[in-house]
Amino acid sequence: MNSNRPKNLDLTTIELPLPAKASILHRISGFALFFAVAFMLTALNASLESAESFAELKSTFDNGLAKLITWLILSAVGYHLIAGIKHLVMDAGIGESKEGGKVGAIITLVGGAIVIALAGVWVW
Amino acid sequence: MVASITNLGRSGLYDWVIQRLTAVILAVYTLFLLGFVIAHPDLQYSDWQGLFSCTAMKIASLLALISICAHGWVGMWTIATDYIKPTGIRFLFLLVTAAFVFVYLVWGIDILWGA
Repeated sequence: MNSNRPKNLDLTTIELPLPAKASILHRISGFALFFAVAFMLTALNASLESAESFAELKSTFDNGLAKLITWLILSAVGYHLIAGIKHLVMDAGIGESKEGGKVGAIITLVGGAIVIALAGVWVW
Repeated sequence: MVASITNLGRSGLYDWVIQRLTAVILAVYTLFLLGFVIAHPDLQYSDWQGLFSCTAMKIASLLALISICAHGWVGMWTIATDYIKPTGIRFLFLLVTAAFVFVYLVWGIDILWGA
């Protein structure tokens, strides 16, 4: 290959293809989830400590901010899960072509959007 | 090569397997919890506490907790080595990550066994 080919690695000037968008969202959701574990453990602790703390946690979810955080975490879990399944499917050798990658990305993004919408309906 | 002293499996191949094995464990655990919550529309403390007090659920939850820690470490390590080039800052980032992982693990065990 000609080593003098011009290259452009400036991401701000590149329109990311769909598989790249699906991939970076997988990474961002994973990064967020790493810190979201603190919220999950806090909630798990309150839910198991006593009947009173369970009831208190339940009433916390009436709060708008708590609903928003819950929805964001559920969205990240849902998207990360779907993108992860896509990853495993591709590990199995399915959809590795350029077209297949695009189809997989569309399924992931649409599936993710559906799960995020369902999570929103459930929370509110 | 000294680049691989901070990754969990000491090699990319082990990390690759760990990431996928823990992913499957977490997916199954998540879908089980989702199913349980859907099956109990008006979830009561007794249902929830009853679920988490049985030994099988404790084993599954501990497995999921360890999986979160391993999966999170491999993921954060990948992000750190992709984006943070200066060794000192990357090391600091990984140190903070390790602290989170350790706290999650001990805290999670404490919650599950209700000390």
